[in-house]
Amino acid sequence: MKKIFSRPRSMTDKPMHFCPGCTHGVIQRLIAEVIDDLGIQEDTIAIGPVGCAVFCYDYWDVDFQQASHGRAPAVATGVKRVHPDKVVFSLQGDGDIAAIGTTEIIHAAARGEKITCLFVNNSIYGMTGGQMAPTTVVGQKSTTTPRGRDRDLAGYPVKMTEMLSVLDGVVYAARVSVHNPANVLKAKKAIKKAFEVQLRGEGFSLVEILSTCPTNWGLSPLDAVRWLEKNMVPYFKLGEYKVPEEKKHEEIAVAEVAG
Amino acid sequence: MGKVLMKGNEAVAEAAVLSGCKYFFGYPITPQNEIPEYMSKRLPEVGGTFLQAESEISAINMVFGAAGSGARVMTSSSGPGISLKQEGISYLAGAELPCVIVNMVRGGPGLGNIGPAQSDYFQATKGGGHGDYRVIVYGPASVQELVDLTMDAFELADTYRNPVMILGDGILGQMMEPVEFSFPENSSPAPKPWSTSGARGRKRNLVTSLYIVPEELEKHCLKLKAKYDDVAAREKKHESYFADDADIILAAYGTTARICKAVVDQAREEGIRAGLIRPVSLWPFPDAPYNTAADHAAAFLAVEMSNGQMVEDVRLAVNGKKPVHFFGRTGGIVPAKAEIIAEVKKILGGGRQ
Amino acid sequence: MLEELIIAGFGGQGVMSMGQLLTYAGMLENKHVAWIPSYGPEMRGGTANCAVTVSDREISSPVVTEPSSVIIMNQPSLEKFEKTLKPGGLLIINSSLVAAKPNRNDLRVIEISCNELANEKFGNTKVANIVILGAYIEMTKVVSLESILESLKKVLPERRHNLIPLNRQALELGAELAGEFKVREYQ
Repeated sequence: MKKIFSRPRSMTDKPMHFCPGCTHGVIQRLIAEVIDDLGIQEDTIAIGPVGCAVFCYDYWDVDFQQASHGRAPAVATGVKRVHPDKVVFSLQGDGDIAAIGTTEIIHAAARGEKITCLFVNNSIYGMTGGQMAPTTVVGQKSTTTPRGRDRDLAGYPVKMTEMLSVLDGVVYAARVSVHNPANVLKAKKAIKKAFEVQLRGEGFSLVEILSTCPTNWGLSPLDAVRWLEKNMVPYFKLGEYKVPEEKKHEEIAVAEVAG
Repeated sequence: MGKVLMKGNEAVAEAAVLSGCKYFFGYPITPQNEIPEYMSKRLPEVGGTFLQAESEISAINMVFGAAGSGARVMTSSSGPGISLKQEGISYLAGAELPCVIVNMVRGGPGLGNIGPAQSDYFQATKGGGHGDYRVIVYGPASVQELVDLTMDAFELADTYRNPVMILGDGILGQMMEPVEFSFPENSSPAPKPWSTSGARGRKRNLVTSLYIVPEELEKHCLKLKAKYDDVAAREKKHESYFADDADIILAAYGTTARICKAVVDQAREEGIRAGLIRPVSLWPFPDAPYNTAADHAAAFLAVEMSNGQMVEDVRLAVNGKKPVHFFGRTGGIVPAKAEIIAEVKKILGGGRQ
Repeated sequence: MLEELIIAGFGGQGVMSMGQLLTYAGMLENKHVAWIPSYGPEMRGGTANCAVTVSDREISSPVVTEPSSVIIMNQPSLEKFEKTLKPGGLLIINSSLVAAKPNRNDLRVIEISCNELANEKFGNTKVANIVILGAYIEMTKVVSLESILESLKKVLPERRHNLIPLNRQALELGAELAGEFKVREYQ
């Protein structure tokens, strides 16, 4: 029988700890697929966060460093400076990258560190049990916003990709989602582009990936993907916010020819 | 190379470079700025990297990444900045990563001031961060010793896979003395097969301080304890100065120990049998020489630029055999020879503890 | 021999570099030396001072609290450091900028108007500190003038070596004035 589907080579066979219906596992797999596609498993050093992705070292079969909460971009900087010829990426959640670790991500991006940061935004603190995240949308309930996020009390969600895309050190910045198959495919494309930017040594790359948290949102997996589409996508608009310069020129050229 | 006249801060930096340190991550704070400044000039000359981080927190985490990648790496700071690094130091110790951290201590607590102080002793030697860990701490007392101990620090860090701290003070960092750089025997460090460098032709490496299963974390902590016991058994260092026949033993480290040497000199001229036992390693603390000296000395006097921190280790070492007195100046003030001598006379004259 | 010197003045008067030159010269003569600056906010426009220790023996404490000599380059420093001198200590005062007289009578006091002298003789007040350093060395003989010039060669970048003859003249002028003072003192 011909094998047409299998676990990516750079993925271990360890069962994932994610809750049923959580799309985090999809993201972990996409990253492994990209590592396989680019043939970089033996040249990759991954940096893990604190949060729901804290056990990701169990799932990827690559060299790995476990960072403290929010500091993955600084750890990645240290790794990349020692091994400039290796592929170094971090996986971070919303609390990690958009609250406690904002300093680290902004300055790694501003320096144009030749690393890739993959940011899983599920608009809630999953690991600690559903508290408000910096990306919790206005009105969204959490265990620390029991009446819904109040803009007067807690302000507004942080739009990381928009913020970071204005920095000169950032070469690629995109926001994608994994709430349906079409978007899963787009997400993989964006992750691949981000790694390619690093492989070409062009600078910092970021992909923000919208993801579900059925457990802490208190929804069924199916309702969770619908909730994401209805409540997160309108606020966290999908798309490429920054692409490499020459690519931009290419697109303009194409547009001109087409026009 | 011959003798050169150098500031303590610059001497530490040069010693690090000669020890094969290729990476430095730091954030400016007085009174240690000559270290990053020197490194920014010097490291590119040896193919290394100096990077000014956005904060001390980022700097120590860059150190984590570089140490985990197998490089010899250093950071330096002072008081408030070292406080910010504590979380990272705990992670480094937990993940068993070798690195060298320099603290040119300034007056605290809080923002304090930029005068010299020794008030970070507890933080340095008792674990300033969370969890069951130890950092090897050296307390140099001259620019030459800053050089020699920095070189030793890199060796020790690699040998034990543990952070090593150089605990100086504002004076040591700013002071100029002649120094000689003897090339360390092992300036190209041994390979680190546990580090992350890309899993080519081997099983992947994992650098972590996370052990989610309690039994596994306990096992890890017991392994750390065995390592710390080993360090304690092998790496205690001290200097005795006229301690063998002394009636009163001064205990002091760093700049304060230099002043206490002058106190011993003058006391001896005046016919007072004073001596000094100077801890060179602050953790592990050299307890045996104090305990032995307690058999003949009538009293001890710990002198510090603090409200009394190292004195607790002296008391543990003396173990109740003889009274251990304390004299300290704090807030960036350096104790004067005359006031220490007055204290010595007061104690020998039957003064209160 | 244990010489403990404090040099004090304004930032920008060359107080630190005087001390460093002396320290360097001591090292060249294989003596034990140490130099400690006061640093911090004081460095920026306020008073600046440094301590130099030169000794035949290993230096116990490089921290100088009871100096054997003090060089005073400005008025506020006189108030601060005169009282710290050992009895019989040497007090050298830059009388160009210090109008006050010392209070103690158990000191050797020499006043040198080094700013005016530097200006009159060399048209360059930048060597005022070198004139006074020359006087100090003649008084204490802690190192030789030649060692100071040798240190200058090491400390100054090559392109500034043309300044060495001027510095030699400044040192010698200071030494000469101190020599005359010693004669008067002897009489």
